[in-house]
Amino acid sequence: MERKKITVDGNDAAAYVGYHNSEVIAIYPITPSSGMGELSDEWAAQGKKNIFNTIPHVSELQSEGGAAGAVHGALQSGALTTTFTASQGLLLMIPNMYKIAGELTPAVFHVSARSIAAQALSIFGDHSDIMSTRQTGFALLGAASVQETMDMAMVAHSATLESRIPFVHFFDGFRTSHEVNKIEPLSIEDMQAMIDQDAIRRHRERALTPDRPVLRGTAQNPDVYFQGRETVNKFYDACPEIVQAKMDQLAKLTGRSYKLFDYYGASDAENIIVIMGSGAEAVLETVNYMNDKLGAKVGVLIVRLYRPFSPKHLLAVIPSTVKKISVLDRTKEPGSTGEPLYMDIVTALAEAQAEGTLPTATMPLVVGGRYGLSSKEFTPAMVKGIYDELAKDKPKNHFTIGINDDVTFTSLDFDPAFITEGDDVSRSLFYGLGSDGTVGANKNSIKIIGEETNNYAQGYFVYDSKKSGSTTISHLRFGKKEIHSTYLIQSANFIGVHQFMLMEKFDVLEKMANGGTFLVNSPYAKEETWNHLPKRVQKQIIDKKLNVYAIDAYTVAKDTGMGARINTIMQTCFFAISGVLEKEEAIAQIKNAIKKSYSVKGEDVVKKNYEAVDQTLANMYQVEYSTVTSEVELPPVVADNAPDFVKNVLAQMMAGKGDDVKVSEMPVDGTFPLATTQWEKRSISLSVPAWDEEVCIQCGKCAMVCPHAAIRIKAYDGALLESAPETFKSCDAKGKEFADLKYTIQVATEDCTGCELCFEVCPAKNKSEVKLKALNMVEQMPIREAEKANYDFFLNIPEFDRSKLKLDTVKGSQLLQPLFEYSGACAGCGETPYVKLVSQLFGDRTVVANATGCSSIYGGNLPTTPWAVNKDGRGTAWSNSLFEDNAEFGFGMRLALDKHQEQAQELLVSFANEVGQDLVNAILTADQSDEAGIHEQRERVAALKDKLNGNTTDEGKRFLDLADYLVKKSVWIIGGDGWAYDIGYGGLDHVLASGKNVNILVLDTEVYSNTGGQCSKSTGLGAVAKFAASGKPMPKKDLSMMAMNYGYVYVAKIAMGANDVQTIKALLEAEAYDGPSLIIAYSHCIAHGIDMAKGLDHQKLAVDSGYWPLFRFNPSNVDQGKNPLKLDSKGAKINLEDYIYSETRYKMLTKSKPEVAKKLLQLAKDDVKSRLKLYEQMASYDYSKNGENEEEA
Amino acid sequence: MDLKTKYMGLELKNPVAASASPLTQDLDSAKKLEDAGVSALVVHSLFEEQLSHESGELDHYLSAGTDSFAEATSYFPAQEDFKLGPVEYLDHIANLKKSLEIPVIGSLNGVSKGGWVNYAKNIQDAGADALELNVYYVPTDPMMDAAKVEDMYVETLKAVKANVTIPVAIKIGPFFTAMANMAKKLDEAGADGLVLFNRFYQPDFDLDKLEVVPNLLLSSKYEMRLPLRWIAILFDKVKASLAATRGIQDAEDVIKLMMAGGDVAMIASEFLRNGPGKATEIINGMTAWMEAKEYESVTQMKGSMSQKSVGEPAAFERANYMKTLQSYKAVK
Repeated sequence: MERKKITVDGNDAAAYVGYHNSEVIAIYPITPSSGMGELSDEWAAQGKKNIFNTIPHVSELQSEGGAAGAVHGALQSGALTTTFTASQGLLLMIPNMYKIAGELTPAVFHVSARSIAAQALSIFGDHSDIMSTRQTGFALLGAASVQETMDMAMVAHSATLESRIPFVHFFDGFRTSHEVNKIEPLSIEDMQAMIDQDAIRRHRERALTPDRPVLRGTAQNPDVYFQGRETVNKFYDACPEIVQAKMDQLAKLTGRSYKLFDYYGASDAENIIVIMGSGAEAVLETVNYMNDKLGAKVGVLIVRLYRPFSPKHLLAVIPSTVKKISVLDRTKEPGSTGEPLYMDIVTALAEAQAEGTLPTATMPLVVGGRYGLSSKEFTPAMVKGIYDELAKDKPKNHFTIGINDDVTFTSLDFDPAFITEGDDVSRSLFYGLGSDGTVGANKNSIKIIGEETNNYAQGYFVYDSKKSGSTTISHLRFGKKEIHSTYLIQSANFIGVHQFMLMEKFDVLEKMANGGTFLVNSPYAKEETWNHLPKRVQKQIIDKKLNVYAIDAYTVAKDTGMGARINTIMQTCFFAISGVLEKEEAIAQIKNAIKKSYSVKGEDVVKKNYEAVDQTLANMYQVEYSTVTSEVELPPVVADNAPDFVKNVLAQMMAGKGDDVKVSEMPVDGTFPLATTQWEKRSISLSVPAWDEEVCIQCGKCAMVCPHAAIRIKAYDGALLESAPETFKSCDAKGKEFADLKYTIQVATEDCTGCELCFEVCPAKNKSEVKLKALNMVEQMPIREAEKANYDFFLNIPEFDRSKLKLDTVKGSQLLQPLFEYSGACAGCGETPYVKLVSQLFGDRTVVANATGCSSIYGGNLPTTPWAVNKDGRGTAWSNSLFEDNAEFGFGMRLALDKHQEQAQELLVSFANEVGQDLVNAILTADQSDEAGIHEQRERVAALKDKLNGNTTDEGKRFLDLADYLVKKSVWIIGGDGWAYDIGYGGLDHVLASGKNVNILVLDTEVYSNTGGQCSKSTGLGAVAKFAASGKPMPKKDLSMMAMNYGYVYVAKIAMGANDVQTIKALLEAEAYDGPSLIIAYSHCIAHGIDMAKGLDHQKLAVDSGYWPLFRFNPSNVDQGKNPLKLDSKGAKINLEDYIYSETRYKMLTKSKPEVAKKLLQLAKDDVKSRLKLYEQMASYDYSKNGENEEEA
Repeated sequence: MDLKTKYMGLELKNPVAASASPLTQDLDSAKKLEDAGVSALVVHSLFEEQLSHESGELDHYLSAGTDSFAEATSYFPAQEDFKLGPVEYLDHIANLKKSLEIPVIGSLNGVSKGGWVNYAKNIQDAGADALELNVYYVPTDPMMDAAKVEDMYVETLKAVKANVTIPVAIKIGPFFTAMANMAKKLDEAGADGLVLFNRFYQPDFDLDKLEVVPNLLLSSKYEMRLPLRWIAILFDKVKASLAATRGIQDAEDVIKLMMAGGDVAMIASEFLRNGPGKATEIINGMTAWMEAKEYESVTQMKGSMSQKSVGEPAAFERANYMKTLQSYKAVK
């Protein structure tokens, strides 16, 4: 009987086996492994049973360290236990891994292998993480493909029980974890057959139980620790044979045969490559091509069981003819004699030579090389390059492939034109935007082709690093044979461009094969489409003789009620013209798929999609062409006046050519210049706000809420307007402090994401047409050029004197220059307005420690970064250490700054004679509590430095190095709730307790936003989040109350949408407070399932319902006999459900589990009520002297 | 005194029913209405928009931002199943049925033939004794002619009828050019009852916020004249039962409506103003009046002053208008 096949990604394949073979699953989100935990949680919520006919317990922990601890505990108590992780997460598990292995405990950790943060963080795939665990005693079993991921996962679960060695089962992050491929799943019966019940019994017998008590985890002394450590040897010796036996058992069940080391290629090969992970598939494909088509005799040795490393099994598969071996490592160990796999192979061969057991006549020449770090592409062309190098007399050792190392010249050359992709595979590329649903549609197509036809299918999706206006490129392969190409499409026979403007950004037809089919979503009429194509595209079409089709997908989408989602439409076009399936069959299948995926959301959605399919077929047309007619040239990537580094390096990344950046062009230590987002003009919004100066009341709210600092305000001397562009708008500034000045609100139209927060917040209405406000959304295209000139002019208007502004007002604060601008955050982001406000108020004197998460990604992800500098060159120095250590990281910064200041003050005193006692006194006693004070101190320090400039003594030079630290420096520790409430809480608590002057800003979205909305301890009771698919049963942790307990920590809870002035005041007070400050900021988020344009309304609802009370707790007030706690919002004005059920995260539970929702709602209401009461009581205590006396009396 | 009446085949103990209001939305107050003597109640309306937008919204918000960013290809856990539609509403009907003895009439409010009409069946399954289809449509499109609007009413009614076996009444507004003809069309389309008339709440302006705001005013006594006239005209011209609603405040109003030919008088505003106990007062008032005037039953008086039964049928027509104007004496 033919076994059924499914199309899934690697995470799904691993989770499937992990879930079915476990009783306890401890999880924590980290890219790219999060999907495994999410699926497990969803399955458990749905009541899916494992192979033991019971539902596993799935629990989220506060960190991977916590997850590993929980795994250890569950294992010790006899449960079959698993976890899923990657990268830094795996590193956090290492201490427990030693314990679990040392105690010979069967367990499997499924790891989607990922880079480790070094000079920079990377979420992408390589073996840096798993290589960091090879010393723990865990077995390391690698999979090279999605199918192998399922198979090896099973081998791992089976072998661990029998061998008692715990396993890391790994597969490459993204390349395998996120590649969708058609595989044959293991059946429940297969999995049951693979698990030895006796081995489970033995595991249970070793469990800690008071019924058979034992003690494990002793402290051992020099007399026996060593011997104890050696007791495990025989288990490691036996492990490889056990794994092989399990592989053989799997082969009997499924017909898929694996060895610990698999050799493929010519049996008489002289040159072979040794590799593990997904790269093996690309090598294998190249080996077959070279041997079949080029007459080569090469081979590849694929490593599956890396630890325990079995030289015996390795030597058994190396052909006797082998003379040269290239060992490829997907990791880097700086300073080593070679990367780990290389070292293992060399050692195994050298030992064999010494023992006379070499399979070859002579000792082969072994070279090692690095490839594919951080998912760097690894293509057949590169593999060919390695074989070509190996064929040389003296092949390069310790080489790199896939990059241009022009510094230490490690890189090998290769010919990118070498392509092995055959015509038996249909290869399609799709360029789209994240928001247009292109990827979702392609995932759907793969399901259709993979599961409804006999074809094999593969999909891989490339995203850019922006959260708004992000572009996606989908790589789809279909064919009659299994697809093993683990690299991006090199030559496509179908290319779809789902956004017309992407043709200006990317060379979309670069990879197009001759005679291919090109589909474009064109906003133009049939007869105009050709003429609007850029000249480069027209030339390529003519040269490659392409069949060109077009459709106005947005019009069809609008007409069929699909809004801006063109996924179904473009997918229908693809099926109609690509020829992958017969058209009629394809259309029937699309409709079938629509029914499957949308019926859960209601019949109306299904109907709309059906209608879209039908309308697509009626509206798509073929584009006729003959000659190049276009005058549309491609715009430069960045402006001419950009700095060289931006033009030469960052611009390449922006243009999708980052792979061409040379080693010499990269900073050696991960240090980058600030203020580079200004050069990446993305123009991603079709509509932008336009200012109506007649209606404007100059409140400044629009600028304050703009998440992208794309609305700026200046008050200035009217004389400057003489050189203003014609359409530049201005009016008389309102307010006494701005008498005789002009006022302008200017929109950076190319940087605006069109979120509409500004329009929503604007309180002014047009007296003749009330739907119009002082800012109104208008089409971007017609005004782009004029507004670009206006914005350039605006930026050159001098900034208002900071020291003359009322900073505790919205109007005053919004005349400050933002030093955080045009980030890649989501359109309408609820976090960035706070970050930007901090940059406005304190950005010129701030160092930021930023926890990993959304704020570190929009704050520091290349190519361009948003933290900026002012005209004096001052700005926010920013760094990201890790996720878990951010409070401590910022604390360390404070220690250093304080020490620098202290030394500078000591030196100042010692230089009194030279610089003058008056200056010394003035500097030491300076009041730097406001802008004017800081400005004056800067002037004094400048004068001081002038005086010191002539001093060439060591002491004098040391003083000069430190003098600037005499000016106040602010430390801001910024991160999300995942950091502050969960993984970083221990450190945060310690730093709060330290009493040091740091400012902690928690951007509270109540979920792990960056990794896709997993539950944190901040998540509200009753909210649905990933890892809380049945609604969070426990209330939100009250972090502010915990911090207030210290008594000496400034604490504030803010929500800009509810009270913007309170937000500003809290930030100012926190920074002014000479001690630790904690500000918890309500940040609406795309993960809440809301209309982001109404984000501020949601903030207000949260406050009005009493769920998010606004307050400031200022310990300084106690000295003045005042209660430190001041409530800034008034109880509950609306029902809690009026707030929470306006958001999908809560509302969806009423649709999925109405009974649970009802119960949780009541609990949530009770909780809000009791918390409010407590706050009100605390705020009512009498702190006055009189009060105390009365009490005493 | 025999106050019994029949509405769409339902035997009612008297003609005083509660029309949809916050009182029928709450189990406790519904119970109070029953205790005060009302003979049937109409549950608040389930709106077409609620039903169709719900699935669209859910799809929109669950998929917003998905597949855009490598670290977050989605933001919500996948759910196997959503209980879309009027779960709470249906629960409410089921609970009313459990706690009350009087007939419970469900209500659907919509204007098109979309999938939402399937929910009529759910309402029936939840135990409703009948269904009121409430059509509230303001034809603002200048390109839409009267025939199209009328067709829409008819087609919607047919679609709902096709889904249920319980009786279906249609509640309409008074703004039809050919009211009698429209009533006839609905009658022919299968309406078991006509509820006359829907009130079209007129929005108000908030001059501080410069916003158009919804504004609900309770009906006034004078408003019952409109259903009174049309029930009198339609009595015996349509097979459908006739329900009066709007501005009914006391026993006399109910009696007038019965005499015009109504089968039931539906009251909301008066109960909201004076509490469910008002029902007892009205019913007692009816009994007292009937006793005083020696009426035996409601059946006896039903239609006694309808157009066909009065000596001067023109009183309901143009002639009445003329008379009214002439009889009006300006204040001097």
